Amino acid sequence: MSSVDRDVRFTFDGRELAAEPGQTVGAALVTNGVTAWRGTRKEGRPRGLFCGIGVCFDCLVTVDGVANQRACLVELCEGMDVRGTLAGDETEETR
Amino acid sequence: MSDLTVDVAVVGAGPAGLAAAVAAAEAGAVVAVVDAGTQTGGQFWRHRPETGDADPDGHGHHDWNTFLDLRRRFRAGIAAGRVHHLPGLQVWMASKNDVDGFTLRTTRTVVGGEGVTPTVHAARLVLCPGGYDRQLPVPGWDLPGVMAAGGIQAFIKANGALPGKRFVVAGTGPFLLPVAANIAEAGGEVLAVLESSSLSKWFPHWKAAASVPGKALEGAEYAGIFARHRIPYKTRSIVTAVSGTDRVQTVSWAKADADGRAIPGTGGRYEDVDVIGFGWGFTPQMELPLSFGVQTRLDADGSLVAVVDERQESSVPGLFLAGEVTGVGGAVLAVLEGKAAGTAAADASAVVLPADVLPAKEAARRDRHRRFAQAMHQAHPVPHAWQEWLTPETLVCRCEEVPVSEVTQARSTLGAEDSRSLKSFTRVGMGWCQGRVCGFAGSCLGAGPGEPAAAASLASAAKRPLAVPVPISELASLND
Repeated sequence: MSSVDRDVRFTFDGRELAAEPGQTVGAALVTNGVTAWRGTRKEGRPRGLFCGIGVCFDCLVTVDGVANQRACLVELCEGMDVRGTLAGDETEETR
Repeated sequence: MSDLTVDVAVVGAGPAGLAAAVAAAEAGAVVAVVDAGTQTGGQFWRHRPETGDADPDGHGHHDWNTFLDLRRRFRAGIAAGRVHHLPGLQVWMASKNDVDGFTLRTTRTVVGGEGVTPTVHAARLVLCPGGYDRQLPVPGWDLPGVMAAGGIQAFIKANGALPGKRFVVAGTGPFLLPVAANIAEAGGEVLAVLESSSLSKWFPHWKAAASVPGKALEGAEYAGIFARHRIPYKTRSIVTAVSGTDRVQTVSWAKADADGRAIPGTGGRYEDVDVIGFGWGFTPQMELPLSFGVQTRLDADGSLVAVVDERQESSVPGLFLAGEVTGVGGAVLAVLEGKAAGTAAADASAVVLPADVLPAKEAARRDRHRRFAQAMHQAHPVPHAWQEWLTPETLVCRCEEVPVSEVTQARSTLGAEDSRSLKSFTRVGMGWCQGRVCGFAGSCLGAGPGEPAAAASLASAAKRPLAVPVPISELASLND
């Protein structure tokens, strides 16, 4: 894809990135080379997309302050603030 | 709380749900369709957002014209006021009582949107929740870059992009072929497709296979794509381990014996792999049917599915089921079942005969596809010896990070032989996905090496008090 198409800007853990319109948050991260963004609760192991269709909840991410959103389902919007839980930041909520 | 009362509620807008909604509306019923997706099509006809491309050409899709026809009739139903489309919602609780019929409580699939989510009341209910890739644990499958085969396909279809450059696709079943073909056609490199079964397992079923010539044509199409992109298709081959630091790098594989056991000294490694996609058939989404206590059975693929009659009605009167929850069989079958279910559900008198829900020619087509599906399940079984691939450290439950060693110990020392006991002793299946991913494998491990998963164990793995995670506010609103 050309850089002209990548015109939706968003931030991931404060880093400015851009992706193609109509992509999911998960796809926007992966196409930017970010393959993992959630740290597991026990071991802090990296996780990203797995089932890709909203079944496994592995790709949970915080979107505009709302925690535990499935990155594979949320459509990316201009200016979105996307945050993961990998950077030693234990914010993942337990139910 | 906003309420909607209709004759027929349909859950799901994939091949079965769309066909059911269209059939019910065209038979004169007022229909509500609750769908997790933002646009119709389900997983099979998942496509780029229609907001960006209102009329996608269906490249890489099968039976796209069937979708376009169903979508046109679905939209006509909306325009006529007979179809209420409720996209972006998931049902977190479904119930039935003798006075009001069925009630569906919904929650948003993703964040956003204003106001309360609707509650749907319906005299009759058609559940078409579909399925997802069945998974078997393998050492290293928790690394980023390991995906469900269907997840790779969904990524391509929904985003028009690839989740990496170099791929391996592994597991069993014809579905591995379109996944690899979609990757290659989108510009990705497929290093190999590793199929655990031997194609000779189709030989006893040649009659069932030949009765659905469309499948042979699809097969020929994939053969062409595989040849054009030089994709190696290796049968009797399995992945023995996925390794890498913090993401997939290496995929180790081996040739397998007839039971699916790795043969020492065979196979090799694929290096610099970005993504490996696994698919071991499909798991039907059974939580909503099970919440009504429907009668179930074990299908030939080892999946727990619901029992339905010729009209797709379950053991619960007024509750109709179509698509993968009545037996994994693909989109053509799902459309036919959906049509039958929708037609039957539209009939308030509940006297419509099997011959009236599906014309003889379509009923015969449905039966041929069911026989094909049975043949497919027998030709592509979950390998008998798959548990031998595991190491004590391999995670069974990805959510709760429960390794094989804890599960086998709970079985041998505590007598935990079903998913429910395993869950209480080890937390397997207790995390975010509620056992959707590990329910099958956990049940097999509980049963013991080489043993199939028991129906009761699969049922307790798929029974969920809440069908999807739901905000506390939705629970609180039950008191309103």
